[in-house]
Amino acid sequence: MSEALPPVIGQGVDLAATDDDRPMRAREVLRSLRRDPAAFVSLIVLLLIALIAVLAPLITPHDPLQTYNDIGLGPQGQPLPPGTPGFLLGTDALGRDVLSRLISGTQVSLVIGIVANGLATIVGVTVGVIAGYFGGIVEAVLMRITDVVISFPILLLCTALIAVTTRSTTNVIIVIALIYWTTLARIIRGMVISLKHREFVVATRTLGVGHLRIMWKHIIPHLLPAIIVYATLGVASSILIESALSFLGIGVPIPQASWGQMISDGSTYFQIAPWMLFIPGICLIVTVMAFNLVGDWLSEMLDSAAPMAR
Amino acid sequence: MSALLDVSNLVVDFPTSSGDPFHAVDGVSFQVSAGERVGIVGESGSGKSLTSQAVMRLVSDPGVIAGGSVRFGGEDVLAYSDRALQQWRGSQVAMVFQDPMSSLNPLMRVGRQITESLETHLGMGRVAARARAVDLLRRVGIPDAEARMNDFPGAFSGGMRQRVCIAIATACSPKLLIADEPTTALDVTVQAQVLDLLDDMVSEQDTGVILISHDLGVISSFCDRILVMYAGRIVEEGTAEQIVGDPQHPYTHALLGSILKLSEPIPPRLRTISGAPPTAGRRPSGCAFAPRCPAAVDACLTNDPALVQAPLGGVGQRVACGVVAPEAFAVEQESAA
Amino acid sequence: MSRLDGSDLVNGPSSRSRAGEALLDVRDLKVTFRRSGGIGRRASRVPAVQGVSFQLRAGETLGIAGESGSGKSTIARTLMGINQASAGSMRLNGENVGALRGRRLAEYRRTMQMIFQDPYDSLDPRMKVGETLLEAISLRTTKPTDPKRAVEGILDQVGLSRSFIERRPRELSGGQRQRVSIARALCVDPRLILCDEAVSALDVSVRAQVLNLLKDLQEELGLAYLFISHDLSTLRFMADHVGIMYLGRLVEIGTRDEIFENPQHPYTRALLSAVPEPIVRDRSTRLPRVRLTGEPPSAANPPSGCSFHPRCPMAQEVCRTVAPPLRATTSGQDAACHFADPVLVPEPARIGADA
Repeated sequence: MSEALPPVIGQGVDLAATDDDRPMRAREVLRSLRRDPAAFVSLIVLLLIALIAVLAPLITPHDPLQTYNDIGLGPQGQPLPPGTPGFLLGTDALGRDVLSRLISGTQVSLVIGIVANGLATIVGVTVGVIAGYFGGIVEAVLMRITDVVISFPILLLCTALIAVTTRSTTNVIIVIALIYWTTLARIIRGMVISLKHREFVVATRTLGVGHLRIMWKHIIPHLLPAIIVYATLGVASSILIESALSFLGIGVPIPQASWGQMISDGSTYFQIAPWMLFIPGICLIVTVMAFNLVGDWLSEMLDSAAPMAR
Repeated sequence: MSALLDVSNLVVDFPTSSGDPFHAVDGVSFQVSAGERVGIVGESGSGKSLTSQAVMRLVSDPGVIAGGSVRFGGEDVLAYSDRALQQWRGSQVAMVFQDPMSSLNPLMRVGRQITESLETHLGMGRVAARARAVDLLRRVGIPDAEARMNDFPGAFSGGMRQRVCIAIATACSPKLLIADEPTTALDVTVQAQVLDLLDDMVSEQDTGVILISHDLGVISSFCDRILVMYAGRIVEEGTAEQIVGDPQHPYTHALLGSILKLSEPIPPRLRTISGAPPTAGRRPSGCAFAPRCPAAVDACLTNDPALVQAPLGGVGQRVACGVVAPEAFAVEQESAA
Repeated sequence: MSRLDGSDLVNGPSSRSRAGEALLDVRDLKVTFRRSGGIGRRASRVPAVQGVSFQLRAGETLGIAGESGSGKSTIARTLMGINQASAGSMRLNGENVGALRGRRLAEYRRTMQMIFQDPYDSLDPRMKVGETLLEAISLRTTKPTDPKRAVEGILDQVGLSRSFIERRPRELSGGQRQRVSIARALCVDPRLILCDEAVSALDVSVRAQVLNLLKDLQEELGLAYLFISHDLSTLRFMADHVGIMYLGRLVEIGTRDEIFENPQHPYTRALLSAVPEPIVRDRSTRLPRVRLTGEPPSAANPPSGCSFHPRCPMAQEVCRTVAPPLRATTSGQDAACHFADPVLVPEPARIGADA
């Protein structure tokens, strides 16, 4: 009664199969990238930025905190424009090297973005999975908490809090995570609700497998593609929020460089030293766009391999 | 009787990662005359649905029609412009699909979906179209038709929705109706009703029908002629009586054998065909059915049989098997490499 | 029949229930779904199962047939604990299942397993076959000494080679996936398997293979099956007893031969005649003329009296007002029809519904 080994399904269309998740193959990824030049370029840009962030302390031409009162400022005490020998991108109002601050800021922004986002993801996914899986009163309570957090004017609260305590990188990270986790919680909850009704989850429950194992081994792996996409987009959001916080004066402590901080300074001196605003601004735009494009590409690619809809 | 639809050597390809395209439909030829009912039966991977989609030019990416011709009333359908296609579909040829919920627009009232077709193809005015639509709904057995015109598809049950689909399909009295597994998703008692309805509608309008199903019982109760497809090819062709009463191809034989009829005694085990239909990407050389065939000989693994008149079958009964019809191996197969 | 070393792992005829004793005893099971109200919709109660009773003995198969809305799948899912029963009792080996909690419930769950309809979705697409089966085997109360060997043994039993351990579901055909589902069920050593349209989604040629496998396993292991299917010819092959469901009630129940050879309920007769068979007939008799009018009604809005009366070719005045009880007929089976027993009641004149 043993069946002969069936022919292995080729990489082409399996007319009998349906939307299954499958492990991404390097070849498919490269092929997908080739078809999407915008995503390809964005990926390169991101890798460059990541490299800069990692090597930041080593590649800054000057100390980003060092104010060059003598050589960094012009005769009237004004900032030097880009192209000035020694200061490739010019200096800011305090005579600090823009390029060095930019590079140093990259590290700060990226670290904050990743850590804050990571925290938000962990909290958001946990809440979403528990709420979606258990339903009932657990879901109701968790979702109401989420709603409260969303409707709470976090930004104002944090402004007040930080005004009372101190500005620190840690506070910034916590604030960003607090803002962002709710989005993920809601999305994940929705996905879990539809996942838990899929036949294989029902079948595993009828086997008598415990809740924790089902959530860990059967539900979360199916959420990973979506989590990755949201995490990618989330880094962009986090960087933007950090910039906003710094702009509002409750971001990273001065004199530490961050893009938001630089933009904040730059807006004050916009008329005499426009490059102070434009240069970090352009960096921000490019980075966020790159993250978004990569996020889009990832979502498209993962969706074609494992569409959620049944 | 000249052929209403003439399909010749139709090939539908899908790309594979290895480069060589996979022939999901591999050189299929058949004709449908006016008022004739042809059934296509096969299992998954047989290409039966794709064949009908190709006739309607509904094959979507990444599949492509890679060869052969489709002639309707003498005209080359594959050469139709978009505009000609639009005019042709719905008025000359219509299709009924398996899942009525996805083939009906859930956000459009049912009456509108019928009148849309009437207004577009027959140029009817609003009032006339609406009257005809109500008439059609009544004809297909929807009670309280006038009121139901304003309902959305979601308000109907599965069987009712399929009746609506039949109403839409027959609204412009098409010459050919293609029904792709129209009753598979329905309860068996409703299935019987819908088949009855289809029978009435097509007899009345003398419409040609292509009925596609995996269910030989449904096909043999409805169709005049039957095509049995396996792995993209027609392996046997004949009248319903010939196919059911005197099957020639081992696959047809086995298919009939694995169905337990209510009238025959219950065996301790069902007769089976070992293995499974071949999946995409890997077509064995020689006869596609040979790996599973109880009658296969060595020659079957290397020779691809052509569809020829069955020496032991009835008039017009053709079979693609070198064991039953030795000349099938002798004919030069026009392969769509 | 011993299959592997370590006889504690071997699935064999259980000593827990003697053949012939009722393994599963369902009495007056009722399942009502509450549909919450929404905007423009009142909250409603949908009586999906309305008082169903049956028994299943070890080693036997009870087939349940019916169309959509009949409640047959709901029964299976309620037995498995996926839905909650609203009333009635379900006893497995004498144990009242509804009252079980925690560990006893988990044990009970392992006595009864289910095979689902959709071969493509009942296996986790991200797990290899071996992982799925190992997960199931790890749930046994007596853990196997060598789980891998045990899994291999079970794969043998369902006719799959050991290489399948490394495969993922997407690489398997429908029939193979169902075999894996069957293997998964066997991993926890059940006494009873609920097959909920287990072969309906398979190709005809593959269906026969899986049905043969199920029958073989039943003989080898003394399994009992609750086999749910809308396909009567499948039930005829598999079942010892058959129950016909209509709108949440059993309208007829008896041995296979009683039902197939001498159906008493008009719905059963209509079901049997509606099955299109590939036999040679001339065009005029091809489409059998026994037809039901109308559609299966929705469970949310059941008709009065006998729920079948709007479609019944034999409907009488009494059918509109009084729901017939399920009672014995002279031909052996139980049927719920006022006019089921032709011996006792002459064929009534037809009124109303068209045939």
